[in-house]
Amino acid sequence: MTPRAPTVRTYSGAASAAGPLLFVRSTLRAQLGEWVQIEIEGQAERRGQVIDVGTDITVIQVFEDTLGLRPAKARITLTGETATTTVGKDLLGRALSGTGAPLDQLPIAIGEARRPIWGEPINPVRRRNPSDFIETGVSAIDGMNTLVRGQKLPVFSAPGLPGIELAADIVENARPARGEPFAVVFAAIGITERETQTFVSRFRESEVMQRTVLYLNQASDPTIERLLTPRVALTTAEHLAFVHGFHVLVVTADITHYAEALREIAAAREEIPGRRGYPGYMYTDLASLFERAGVLENGEGSVTQLPVVTLPDGDITHPIPDLTGYITEGQIVLNRELHQRGIYPPVDVLPSLSRLMNAGIGKTRTVPEHREWANQLYAVYARGREAKLMAAIVGTEGLASEDQHALEFTDLFEQRLIHQGRRRRSLEDTIEIGWSLLQTLPRDELTRMSETTWQAHAARDQDEEKPK
Amino acid sequence: MSDARIIRVAGAIAEASPMGDVALYELVEVGERKLLGEVIRLDGQVATIQVFEETTGLGLDEPVHPTAGSLTTELGPGLLGSILDGVGRPLHAMADRSGDFIAPGMSIPPLDPKVRWAFTPTVSSGAEIAECDVLGTVEESPGLVHQILVPPSTQGRVAQIDAGTYTIEQAIGALEDGTPLRLSHKWAIRRRRPMARRLAGDRPFITGQRVFDFLFPVAEGGSVAVPGGFGTGKTVIEQSLAKFARADVMVYIGCGERGNEMADVLHDFGRLTDPQTGRPIMDRTVLIVNTSNMPVAARDASVYLGMTIAEYYRDMGYHVAVLADSLSRWAEALREIAARLQEMPGEEGYPTYLANRMSRLYERAGRVETLGSPSRTGAVTFISAVSPPGGDFAEPVTQASLRVVGALWALDTGLAHQRQFPAVDWDTSYSLYVEATSDWFSREGSSEWSTLRLRTMQLLQRDRELREIAGLVGVDALADDDRLILEGARIAREFLIGQNAFHEHDAFSPVTKTHALAKLLWDFMTRAGSILRDDAGFEKLDLAAVRLAFGAVKTAAPTDMDATVSRAADAIANMGAT
Ligand SMILES: Nc1ncnc2c1ncn2[C@@H]1O[C@H](COP(=O)(O)OP(=O)(O)OP(=O)(O)O)[C@@H](O)[C@H]1O
Ligand SMILES: [Mg+2]
Repeated sequence: MTPRAPTVRTYSGAASAAGPLLFVRSTLRAQLGEWVQIEIEGQAERRGQVIDVGTDITVIQVFEDTLGLRPAKARITLTGETATTTVGKDLLGRALSGTGAPLDQLPIAIGEARRPIWGEPINPVRRRNPSDFIETGVSAIDGMNTLVRGQKLPVFSAPGLPGIELAADIVENARPARGEPFAVVFAAIGITERETQTFVSRFRESEVMQRTVLYLNQASDPTIERLLTPRVALTTAEHLAFVHGFHVLVVTADITHYAEALREIAAAREEIPGRRGYPGYMYTDLASLFERAGVLENGEGSVTQLPVVTLPDGDITHPIPDLTGYITEGQIVLNRELHQRGIYPPVDVLPSLSRLMNAGIGKTRTVPEHREWANQLYAVYARGREAKLMAAIVGTEGLASEDQHALEFTDLFEQRLIHQGRRRRSLEDTIEIGWSLLQTLPRDELTRMSETTWQAHAARDQDEEKPK
Repeated sequence: MSDARIIRVAGAIAEASPMGDVALYELVEVGERKLLGEVIRLDGQVATIQVFEETTGLGLDEPVHPTAGSLTTELGPGLLGSILDGVGRPLHAMADRSGDFIAPGMSIPPLDPKVRWAFTPTVSSGAEIAECDVLGTVEESPGLVHQILVPPSTQGRVAQIDAGTYTIEQAIGALEDGTPLRLSHKWAIRRRRPMARRLAGDRPFITGQRVFDFLFPVAEGGSVAVPGGFGTGKTVIEQSLAKFARADVMVYIGCGERGNEMADVLHDFGRLTDPQTGRPIMDRTVLIVNTSNMPVAARDASVYLGMTIAEYYRDMGYHVAVLADSLSRWAEALREIAARLQEMPGEEGYPTYLANRMSRLYERAGRVETLGSPSRTGAVTFISAVSPPGGDFAEPVTQASLRVVGALWALDTGLAHQRQFPAVDWDTSYSLYVEATSDWFSREGSSEWSTLRLRTMQLLQRDRELREIAGLVGVDALADDDRLILEGARIAREFLIGQNAFHEHDAFSPVTKTHALAKLLWDFMTRAGSILRDDAGFEKLDLAAVRLAFGAVKTAAPTDMDATVSRAADAIANMGAT
């Protein structure tokens, strides 16, 4: 519903410029969010967006580098439209820039439509409760913190930890239940050239590429463009999911770079900073990305998000992970100590959580005992980790026997269940490994495990042995 | 018709001029798509407007029209079971118009004007009536009688009033001065509804959560802040209360939170039945949903809308619980708007009037004698989640809440990581309603209720100290008495305070079950204490059997309660027998 025909208007000369912002005087009927082209002779065209309209001054946020921009010499065109991107099935298999230009020497994708990148909110009454299991091939996730379709579950990494590698493993290994149509949209946001190369070549070499769209905004690309990349990616994902019925996994790496771009704009606008210099509206802004995950009541497909967040200083209370955690449905937390001990993926299950796990597991979805299995492993592991701290002070002999058992279990758990290297592990294998670990403990210490479940598993074990 | 045009747009804020004769907080239609907005500042001919809908695409020079009204909602039969956005538009009707995604520029009233209601008058012509008198009744949902109230500040003599079936738009009668009487009336949501006087709360709001009912109770009409870092269980608590707690009407406000959570609520609330009435719990619920990606200004409105609806049912003599998740998102909306207005920021960028607004909001809770006849008492209990950055309570929203609430249910990230749910930190939490509710609990629960409560509180406190010591010297180095305290506290944490919101029979704990578990805990402590005094040694206690028995009581179906309790009593009695 556009109220009036968009008109293209061109102005020559901006009043002033500061950082990524351009200030233009007396713009006729400028609209909030309007897409802008900025031309200067002898320089590549720049793009921008109206972020504040006023009869005196209209503020344009410029996505490209403003180095060398002379405001007085700029030709500024207001396009009458908000930012859009090309969407379509033919994007699958393509590697594109952070705003959708081809990077793979192939022609520009024709697509099926152009869609505004600022998605409208899903009407909550049209959402379906997410409850379908996605197998990532990672034990720490599938077994302990199950991901479901329509969920947003970030990986909390830290400098030097393999957050992006884990995300890439999942891109390669993930499958939805029942072999339904599946696609991946990978949005690289400000990641290094080296990281980009690793993924592109890894994906290219596997058949994964055919079901993947890559949007790559690299560290050397304009920072402000990072505000567009995840939105372009999500717009494509929504199209694949809600028009074509794909189950789409959107991986955004790294949200920390996105948040820094947000801060840069806020600083340039001289806004009152919130915590640690990040803008007060960062929660709302991040929510406008993460809330685009979901399943529709009357639709086939789904959008699932797996953002990677690098914790500055490894601090989980830093505003970026903190606000992310307040929006997402859990988090997968990586741990430096596990990493140093060679555990891969180094997932610390204690602070990790999938809030939608309950709905996605159990009899008809994974295995009947999944909840109890996970609770019991978690409980012993948590006890063991505490015992480890205590043992450092009082020695293992000072521990109660139950604590000693838990302590021994902890190592096994990390080595056998969490550690799996790069190999994909099926859910069945994960569950079996978990059982074999539990069986190293005396039955009466497994208080989270009901007798029925315990017996059922024992019976199953016997059944499996008989044929031999 | 006004000539006002947009002269500026930034975020959720627009400015228009020349605005002519408008009032503060007047509603306006903004732009060609007629987005809903509210005047929040007037300076000469320039009006500053907060826009309740998405402003992308809003342009300079578009028209702005005053509406001569303020942000009101329609109060009348049909509110129960409805799902409204922050400004009171029914989300189902919006979906009918714009599909799966919300488009800006829809104006839809909260109540369906086509539904007909059977009205039975309780006054007759000739009666002198005044504000909040009951005119008659409508059965809104089976078992719930909706009292049709005289709108505040209306009075006169009834000329005519008739039984019949009416829509909310039709007149059910009229006053002698010609004022028509209807089933519904409008109320400006930012204004509290009048009442005769406040009453002290004297009975608990039964939450069905043992840690609250037993340790930190809240009185009907009370207010509670529930702060906690992300993932500590605020939403699970709010949802559990909405599902199982004892109140006539529930108003659930999802303010700036997740869409999937609302899908979960809709899914569950449609299926679950209220044990008291056997009806779907949705029949006693009003859901207000403004998720984090919906317009930020509407978050501000959502909280007032919820309060207004709650006060309206209170005025009929009902007990209403308002469950708000999360008040921090509301406060952040204020901050966002204030920042756009370039107001002088207070602490952490929040506007200086934050504490003031918050206390006025919390003050709308309470148990009251209503205006009007026949005389009625009603209550609004307010439970609000607070989301402190980094889980650190030293921040303006938590602190401003603490100044006004009667109870604090503090959630702790450490406990949540240990999966000790509800992750209520018993050291920092408190309730000022313990005394006011203790009579009720001794009457309806048990005469030992207060004693058991006090002893349990002391046990948990001592446990914390002892665990610190044990961390230094090892458990084995502790005296048997002290080890018993550790074991008792572990039972208390796991089986009494701990409650699994996802277990069919554990999700709600009736007062009798809460009491049974508390009593068993102290039977255990007494029995174990006497075994240890006989120098039997700690190993003699058959803890595994006892713990299993406690677990069975905790998760027992109502029909198995008595049997599991007596088995647990046996297990305790048999300790040390071998
Ligand atoms: N009583 C409970 N029983 C079992 N699990 C619980 C309970 N309370 C919380 N949890 C677990 O903790 C998770 C997080 O709880 P919840 O969503 O209520 O957190 P929150 O405090 O609302 O977080 P946020 O501020 O991010 O919204 C739940 O998904 C569930 O796994
Ligand atoms: Mg929550």
